[in-house]
Amino acid sequence: MSSITTLKYTLQLADNVLIMGQRLAAWCGKGPVLEQDIALTNISLDQIGQARSLYQYAALIINNMPAADKAHLFNAPLLQEKINNQHTITEDDLAYLRDAWDFRNCLLVEQENGDWAYTVARSFFFDRFQYLLYAALQKSMDSTLAAIAEKSLKEVQYHIKWASEWVIRLGDGTAISKEKMQQALQARWEYTGELFAMNAIEQAAMQANIGVDVSSLQQAYQQQIEAIVNEASLQMPTAAWMQTGGKNGVHTEHLGYILAEMQYLQRAYPNMEW
Amino acid sequence: MTQVSFEASFQKKIDEEIMIEPQDYMPDEYRKTLIRQISQHAHSEIVGMLPEANWITRAPSLRRKAVLLAKVQDEGGHGLYLYSAAETLGITRDQMLHQLHTGAAKYSSIFNYPTITWADMGAIGWLVDGAAIMNQVPLCRTSYGPYARAMVRVCKEESFHQRQGYEIMLSLAKGTPVQKQMAQDALNRWWAPALMMFGPLDAVSPNTAKSMEWRIKRFTNDELRQRFIDVTVEQIRILGLELPDANIKWNEERGHYDSSELNWDEFWNVVKGNGPCNKERLATRVKAWEDGAWVREAASAYAEKRKTKKAA
Amino acid sequence: MSNENKEWPLWEVFIRSKAGLDHKHAGSLHAADAQMAIENARDVYTRRMEGISIWVVESKHIHASNPEEAAAFFDPAQDKIYRHPTFYNLPDELKHM
Repeated sequence: MSSITTLKYTLQLADNVLIMGQRLAAWCGKGPVLEQDIALTNISLDQIGQARSLYQYAALIINNMPAADKAHLFNAPLLQEKINNQHTITEDDLAYLRDAWDFRNCLLVEQENGDWAYTVARSFFFDRFQYLLYAALQKSMDSTLAAIAEKSLKEVQYHIKWASEWVIRLGDGTAISKEKMQQALQARWEYTGELFAMNAIEQAAMQANIGVDVSSLQQAYQQQIEAIVNEASLQMPTAAWMQTGGKNGVHTEHLGYILAEMQYLQRAYPNMEW
Repeated sequence: MTQVSFEASFQKKIDEEIMIEPQDYMPDEYRKTLIRQISQHAHSEIVGMLPEANWITRAPSLRRKAVLLAKVQDEGGHGLYLYSAAETLGITRDQMLHQLHTGAAKYSSIFNYPTITWADMGAIGWLVDGAAIMNQVPLCRTSYGPYARAMVRVCKEESFHQRQGYEIMLSLAKGTPVQKQMAQDALNRWWAPALMMFGPLDAVSPNTAKSMEWRIKRFTNDELRQRFIDVTVEQIRILGLELPDANIKWNEERGHYDSSELNWDEFWNVVKGNGPCNKERLATRVKAWEDGAWVREAASAYAEKRKTKKAA
Repeated sequence: MSNENKEWPLWEVFIRSKAGLDHKHAGSLHAADAQMAIENARDVYTRRMEGISIWVVESKHIHASNPEEAAAFFDPAQDKIYRHPTFYNLPDELKHM
């Protein structure tokens, strides 16, 4: 098994939770009620924590690679230069020095927060996927990934509870909340197809027994989503066309702005310790 | 018991350091003073989330991001504990928020200053939280039980806040020249506003005397301010930064540092709403509250429906 | 229009810590229903691993003893030191009792 496959697969997992955590963090101080502000921050903190574990592992893989193997890993010149100059790479180099086309997160997580219903819908679709993914990833032949999956799974169990309950609460709340929740589910659904479309990295990782066959998760996903949507007395969303691209580095316009904001200090003051 | 003897037994309790609890008799003025002080304190926590939340998405490393997020979250928690303490006095959280949103209630003026560089996260954690802790530790023994208990919890959690701030300053001060300059700039800007956090001079502080008598407060504004200056000067030296006030000098006779007179004209203007960020901070809180109205209503409606379903 | 009617009810939170034998009052919070109250309590009051079990009860259901009667309620216990194990003189050789 090539370490490049493990590296790229790990980065893809990390990118998803980092961008999701970054999005949710923007709610801090602006929630509809103090208690929920704190709940959402907890979820964001879990995700940033998962991202850190994964980036740290990815950095370790890079640092242990023979020079020839890592001469052309990334488009980002600052990062690639550091690698080529034999600097020790850190979690922050990976999060802060890559540009959008190096990121492999799915389109779903980079979508805007919108109102509470949109945020709930995005989390509902993403967390449900993460749950199935991590459950399967616990059996990875890569013991580090398996361990991260096992620890993260406990956190995600709470995340899906939180998101599902809000879908139900809004769906079965007032006429206004029902309409907003339905709209949000409908708007975000078109980004769920990509979760189950295997890209080349996932194919390779699956063949090496380190990654999950995400296409096999779709049926369970669909059923679990439907069960909650029904309980919320909402309509199952439909999509004439599923958007894809993020997992191959072709993102929506949002990611560029997310990164511009997130990475600005590292860009304006390069090579400094914070 | 007559009114007079109620009051006498209340003051006796206070003098004997017995805590006043929600159902105990308390003079109206005591209750009002507490509601004003605790709600103002709670508002300061939640408005205080904003200048720092401003930097969570821009934190320069993942570790700093996680720490800052956890810290700002704690402030939300502290606001919640304090609102709960005030609610035992017969006011609801919604009523207090209404007072905040309409400008009837105040919050700490420090949060009306802008956070414009990353070093401000260091300066706030170190100086603003440092000043807050100095104010708050004595409140763990304040005479009203629920307030004291909330403050015990707050102080326990606060200890990491000041350290994370100081650690940010230390990284910058020991970093590149431009980082050190960033740290110095933040110290210079936050110094005077941090000193003003202790409130107006004792000579003109309208509420101090009564609050001391009731043991709501245990030290005067000037006492706490002096204590803060004395410990912070040493911390500035350890950072290797320049003192933010040329008049800071050790006074052998007093056993304290002397420092410049503060600009109280600016202080009162920021209190009155003329600070650089007053309008923006309040507008952000009001918007969050109004945008959340339909969410809160939906959750209430859902809870109500379920209750009826269960009953049926 | 009155704001107060729409406010989520207040709940009292009791937490049992890992080492603790009983639930202790941790504080209060607002939540629309019991389920949400438990989850909010988890998020608000156990961020630092303070607990492994949570009870919540709507604040309006708490009945408290009357402070005016505190003397009648609690003083009689003061002279019943025989309820406390240290009241009894036992030989030093006796190690476990």
